Amino acid sequence: MSNWKLICKLDDIPQLGSRVVQRQSGGDIAIFRNAEDEVFALHDKCPHKSGPLSQGIVHGRRVTCPLHGWNIGLEDGHAVAPDIGSCSKFDVKVENGEVFLAV
Amino acid sequence: MSKPRLVLIGNGMAGVRTVEELLKIKPDHYDITIFGAEPHPNYNRILLSPVLAGEMTIQEIVLNELDWYKENKITLHTGKQIKTIDRIKRKVIAEDGTEEEYDRLLIATGSTPFMLPIPGNDLPGVIGYRDIKDTDEMIDAAAKHKHAVVIGGGLLGLEAANGLKLRGMDVTVVHLGPWLLERQLDEVAGKMLQRSLEDKGLKFLLETQTEALIQGESGRVAAIRFKGGMQIPADLVVMAAGIRPNYALAEASGIYCNRGIVVNDTMQTYDPKVYAVGECVSHRGIAYGLVAPLFEQAKVAANHLAGYGIGRYTGSVTSTKLKVTGIDLFSAGDYMGGKDTEEIVLNDPHGGVYKKLVIKDNKLVGGVMYGDTADGPWYFQLLKDKRDIHDIRDSLIFGQNLVGDVGHAGNSKAAEMADSAEVCGCNGVTKGTIVQAIKAKGLFTLDEVKKHTKAASSCGSCAGLVEQILASTIGGAYTPASSDTKPLCACTDHSHKKVRETIVAQHLTTKEAVFAFMEWKTPNGCDKCRPAINYYLISTFPHESKDDPQSRFINERAHANIQKDGTYSVVPRMWGGLTTPAELRAIADAAEKYNVPTVKVTGGQRIDLLGVKKEDLPNIWADLNAAGMVSGHAYGKSIRTVKTCVGAEHCRFGTQLAMSMGVKLEKMLFDMYAPHKVKLAVSGCPRNCAEAGIKDVGVIGVDSGYEIYIGGNGGIKTEVAQFLCKVKSDEEVMEYSGAFLQLYREEGWYLERTCHYMERVGLDYIKGKILEDEEARKAYYFRLLDSLKDAKDPWQTSREEQPIKQFIPIKLEA
Ligand code: SRM
Ligand SMILES: Cc1cc2nc3c(=O)[nH]c(=O)nc-3n(C[C@H](O)[C@H](O)[C@H](O)COP(=O)(O)OP(=O)(O)OC[C@H]3O[C@@H](n4cnc5c(N)ncnc54)[C@H](O)[C@@H]3O)c2cc1C
Ligand code: SF4
Ligand code: FES
Repeated sequence: MSNWKLICKLDDIPQLGSRVVQRQSGGDIAIFRNAEDEVFALHDKCPHKSGPLSQGIVHGRRVTCPLHGWNIGLEDGHAVAPDIGSCSKFDVKVENGEVFLAV
Repeated sequence: MSKPRLVLIGNGMAGVRTVEELLKIKPDHYDITIFGAEPHPNYNRILLSPVLAGEMTIQEIVLNELDWYKENKITLHTGKQIKTIDRIKRKVIAEDGTEEEYDRLLIATGSTPFMLPIPGNDLPGVIGYRDIKDTDEMIDAAAKHKHAVVIGGGLLGLEAANGLKLRGMDVTVVHLGPWLLERQLDEVAGKMLQRSLEDKGLKFLLETQTEALIQGESGRVAAIRFKGGMQIPADLVVMAAGIRPNYALAEASGIYCNRGIVVNDTMQTYDPKVYAVGECVSHRGIAYGLVAPLFEQAKVAANHLAGYGIGRYTGSVTSTKLKVTGIDLFSAGDYMGGKDTEEIVLNDPHGGVYKKLVIKDNKLVGGVMYGDTADGPWYFQLLKDKRDIHDIRDSLIFGQNLVGDVGHAGNSKAAEMADSAEVCGCNGVTKGTIVQAIKAKGLFTLDEVKKHTKAASSCGSCAGLVEQILASTIGGAYTPASSDTKPLCACTDHSHKKVRETIVAQHLTTKEAVFAFMEWKTPNGCDKCRPAINYYLISTFPHESKDDPQSRFINERAHANIQKDGTYSVVPRMWGGLTTPAELRAIADAAEKYNVPTVKVTGGQRIDLLGVKKEDLPNIWADLNAAGMVSGHAYGKSIRTVKTCVGAEHCRFGTQLAMSMGVKLEKMLFDMYAPHKVKLAVSGCPRNCAEAGIKDVGVIGVDSGYEIYIGGNGGIKTEVAQFLCKVKSDEEVMEYSGAFLQLYREEGWYLERTCHYMERVGLDYIKGKILEDEEARKAYYFRLLDSLKDAKDPWQTSREEQPIKQFIPIKLEA
């Protein structure tokens, strides 16, 4: 059963950018917005060496980790081949310009 | 419709590699089932030697973890040996009765150690050397027993002997041949090798034939007897006298075998539904015992299994290295030579170096190297390319350095290798592939290269070379290729040159316009092209094109340098390296207030506050700004520092006011973005204490004025700056260096340092623009000043404008 939490307005996230959601436990979540205004949420921890994905460059449906340049798929959290690894993803939705996260 | 079924017998190196190749080119084509007799997932058999020697652990040599099988939906049966292949019903049957039907069968059963047919060969304590079980048994024996005898002085035998010795056993190697490794080395090199191994404490009995193994009271082997009657104690006997292709299973099912499973050039057996690869195979009469050829076979087999039908395996020339730490030995091709071959030999017994090259019809056909194997891969490439060597014959034996020009110390070899040259023999990885992976994926460590390219991931003997390539490439990574035509990244076929030119010619001012006009293949580029285009736009149309923060690397977006733990470093500017008590006090206060864990003096004459949390950045900047300090751009592809010496202000040798000159230059260039970072230095006299000789622009004071040097670099590959001109006044220094930097800003490709730009266009070209054409110089200088005219401190801008939000995390209450 998911519990939708209002996070922020869509416009609070820059296009091709992100915001960080801090949780009390379980680590930060990165919320991304791409050029098509799709919103994605991933654990803010690169599967490579835990780089903060929220600080990466967003393109298409991917983010490039700022530390060593791995590409991570925004939809599934999987590293793009040939890199191997994945980070957890979270459900998000946008309704009336507001972003909700399933927690 | 259900998928066709592929069954693999043999969960070893060749078989699993074939499956990997198949998944790469046609994932999801088959339902795959793998049977392996060993109770382990696929591991790197080659590295059993380092495991035995105590240099690696079993965990480290696993190639495919169980998760890999799961992720690729492969059914894996470990510890299940296939007993029967029923080719009529198209199924395989394991000893425990498990059955599996197939549409295609792949046999990769490897080989088994040859056990000498002598009495006692089945005693406890007598083993071959093939798998994890054998290795464990040796490690165990070494802990409990003293005397080990290894039968066979080949590669495997010597690696076993070395490992057992390192584990504390007293080891004797018994060898039938007249010298060690007689299949790889000639007599001279064989003898040199023996001496080095004897120095490590190994004992040898050459030209000695074993007659029997003798049981001790415990039931375990206790001694070994040779022809002639001599007997020595032996609590462990390792038979390393050769391997036998493991084809009994295939033969019993009626597949044609002849000292191996006979396959054609597509790795197909006589039964068209059955393929075979690896050591169990006989291809054109040859059964290979090294991984490089097996991996080539795997590639071909995968292609045919995928139904593409491209590629044939036509046999391999092999090369070997002995994996005994501290011993350098390389051999390739026909190293023995014969009647119709010539030899070039270099023999320096004192220096411990021996090299022999075998030449036939002006081509290298084989070689042996001992003591100095650095040129091994280069010779191997000449050999495989069948390159005519008559023009380099005189110096061939001295290696590549003497043939080509000597490059920069340390990385000459890697830098000079052709892109097509093979670096990793085991996995057939060329330099080109490695370089491409380093550049495309931003690889920085050997481990990353291993993972992405598989180079150096099997026997590891090319690791040193891979590191050299890495070193020379990361330097080169900032030269987006020497060619004007190389695509900028995978999003486009256009080169940096073409993109720059088009932006100017078409007056494109937004990235969207560039993507549309130049028909980008991706909707909004990637982390490679977006920053490049953003820079091209703002440098070409300084007050017209708007900077796009989302196209900048995080450092330039956060105006601080990201650290490995996700915190940031803050470096306030200290003009020309000068500071004041008040500034130092403000820095100290900020460091305390924001709990900065590390305060460090940088190599750029200023102070770095390391470990600041992102959310604290706006506040710490505000404090520093309040004390009159601005960003040092220590994070940017931008002006970094202007290093100065004390100069004529204080120094008894000083001829010019270096500090004042440096401060003027730094203020002039404040907030200047460039294709890459830019560093300057001003020294007061030719003693050059500010190290102006390795800066993008170096200024050296002399009695009559200043000398200006350009294109130096102190980073990955040191480049000495080249003399541009001599000028008289401070104003001229600013004009000439400013004009040069503007030229670089307008023409450099993104991530190209000045030294790389200069290498590309040539010093004469630059002189033509800056020295010979006064009008052009003044115009460049003007454009520089114009684009920097209302430069603002990025910290202030960032704090005051909208992007401030990025620094504030959203808190989620539980
Ligand atoms: C802080 C400092 C080291 C120090 O503690 O002294 C430093 C730190 C870094 N250097 Fe440097 N370099 C520092 C002086 C130098 C110098 C010496 C100098 O400037 O006099 C050099 C050689 C001179 C040169 O550049 O020609 C130098 C050559 C490099 C290079 C290689 C550049 C090249 O073209 O070969 C890199 C890699 C790059 O830029 O891509 C690099 C990259 C880096 C980065 C930014 C790596 C990164 O991207 O994260 C380091 C940031 C560390 C961090 O976590 O904050 N750093 N780096 C120095 C800052 C100087 C400053 O005040 O701004
Ligand atoms: C100690 C050591 C060091 C080596 N060093 C080097 C080196 O430096 N360089 C180099 O190039 N090569 C080296 N080799 C050789 C290299 O490891 C082999 O060439 C390579 O592993 C062969 O691959 P393969 O797949 O043909 O056989 P294997 O890797 O042996 O795989 C065959 C697998 O099939 C299994 N199998 C057999 N029969 C059945 C059956 N009926 N049912 C189910 N499973 C079965 C076996 O248990 C085995 O796991 C070394 C080998 C050893 C042992
Ligand atoms: S040399 Fe520079 S890049 Fe390398 S670790 Fe030191 S600071 Fe980092
Ligand atoms: S931590 Fe993300 S690429 Fe290394």
